[in-house]
Amino acid sequence: MKLAVVAIVVLAGLSLLLGAAGFGLPDADILWQLRVPRTALALLVGAGLGISGAVLQGVLRNPLADPGFLGIGGCAALGAVIAFYWGFTAAFPLALPLSGFLGATLGCVALLLVFSRAQSGPGLILAGVGVSALAAAALSLLLSAAPNPFALYEITFWLMGGLQDRTLMHLGLAAVPIILGCAVLLRLGPGLDALSLGEEAAASLGAPVARTLQLAVLGVALSVGTGAAVAGGIGFVGLVVPHLLRPWVGQRPGALLWPSVLGGAALLLAADMCARAAPLLLPLAAEPRLGVLTALLGAPFLVVAARRVAP
Amino acid sequence: MRVDRLNVALGNRAVLQGVTFAVAPFEFVAICGPNGAGKTTLLRALAGLLPGGRPQPRDVAYLPQGARCAWAMTVRQVTALGRIPHGDQNPAAIEAALTACGVQALADRRVDQISGGQARRAMLARAWAGQPKTLLLDEPIADLDPSAAHEVMALMAGFAQAGGAVVAVLHALDLAAQYATRMVVMENGSIVANTSPALALPAAAASFGMDLRAETALLLRPKQTKDEAA
Repeated sequence: MKLAVVAIVVLAGLSLLLGAAGFGLPDADILWQLRVPRTALALLVGAGLGISGAVLQGVLRNPLADPGFLGIGGCAALGAVIAFYWGFTAAFPLALPLSGFLGATLGCVALLLVFSRAQSGPGLILAGVGVSALAAAALSLLLSAAPNPFALYEITFWLMGGLQDRTLMHLGLAAVPIILGCAVLLRLGPGLDALSLGEEAAASLGAPVARTLQLAVLGVALSVGTGAAVAGGIGFVGLVVPHLLRPWVGQRPGALLWPSVLGGAALLLAADMCARAAPLLLPLAAEPRLGVLTALLGAPFLVVAARRVAP
Repeated sequence: MRVDRLNVALGNRAVLQGVTFAVAPFEFVAICGPNGAGKTTLLRALAGLLPGGRPQPRDVAYLPQGARCAWAMTVRQVTALGRIPHGDQNPAAIEAALTACGVQALADRRVDQISGGQARRAMLARAWAGQPKTLLLDEPIADLDPSAAHEVMALMAGFAQAGGAVVAVLHALDLAAQYATRMVVMENGSIVANTSPALALPAAAASFGMDLRAETALLLRPKQTKDEAA
């Protein structure tokens, strides 16, 4: 735990020194307008994704659960695409994260409404599949009828996820909901421990099963929805972080929460630093997209983890 | 602990019809009967898990059918989950539960790397660790080999002899007759017999549409030590 905190501090320090122009201390303007927001957003979004993955895997008792399951990220993407589509983004720079946030909120409300009928793990999965399918369908509809090829290009680019050119305004918008979401999720430890025995046994142990599930949805929606609204689609972090940590902190889901916050933050910051460093070290014209990098880094880890889990 | 004239319906199918049931300390009650007779529903009602019910986590431990742990925790970690109602990690209670259920030697092994019988005893240790007054167990020996089944039955009988109450859904009539102090036979949502195992056995057999044979040859039992034989 102490090691993780030290690692994050070191990474954050290095991150402040790493920019498009190379490695070194930038002027105050660049530091405050670009490096600090970007570093802080990577830490916040990663923390939200990491703990959301740990909580969802605990709630659903399934090591393959991922925050993307619930379709909240898809709803945020839909909101963002709508803002692109009608050109709000050109008129007003914060329209993009705001409409993404609105999309995530509506998705969360829809999820909670569907979910309130059948309050169990399978009910949650079905509700999430429904919400994400609907968001994906609406998104495809908009993409297929895109007003011009340029809009299509910009939308696709955004959907790949990234933290380029994020400002203090983005940070201000995202910080409170993500921290709130993480705070909600961090309190679910005892409920998740009880749920590892199944919903019935958890209820007989006095654990508030339905409440734990609802708070999990709320916390995941806040932290992942906000993350998607400011950073676009970033996958694999929520899925991979708990897997990476289980060999170190044990299998008990309640023990995985704080480490997943730190692990997710460190992983996404490291991935974003790789994205920034790539054009300096490799013959690339532009930064690789962060969402693409996390998938490239995450998938091999998952394959290794799967080989270890298989009986 | 008791339920009075309990009626439960699932959709428009009556699962329990006017069931009255009580259990006292020192009792080990076996609930027998065909699948779909309402045994599990009665157990869930006793556990306070039906709508409108309230679980009593400190006094009652409930082990659902086929209970297992979703994560590859150690036996000791699983046992410690039984302390959740008390909100502590009382090491004495956890060690006592491990010892009572005979899994002390396996305490640091992972529950996915031990045998089915050992895993079932680990789940029993979880129930034990909360120091409940009543154990409610749904088919606790369903998938165990004869020797492991006898061990678990002896464990439950021991819990009752020490002043606890045990209610277990059992399909093995011979084991129920051997270890339980009372047998409740259920059929179509009602209790059709509620008496000592010896007297209830014919009704239990009839509930499956079967006859009881007078001669019961070649029953398995735990090995007797020389002292016991003498």
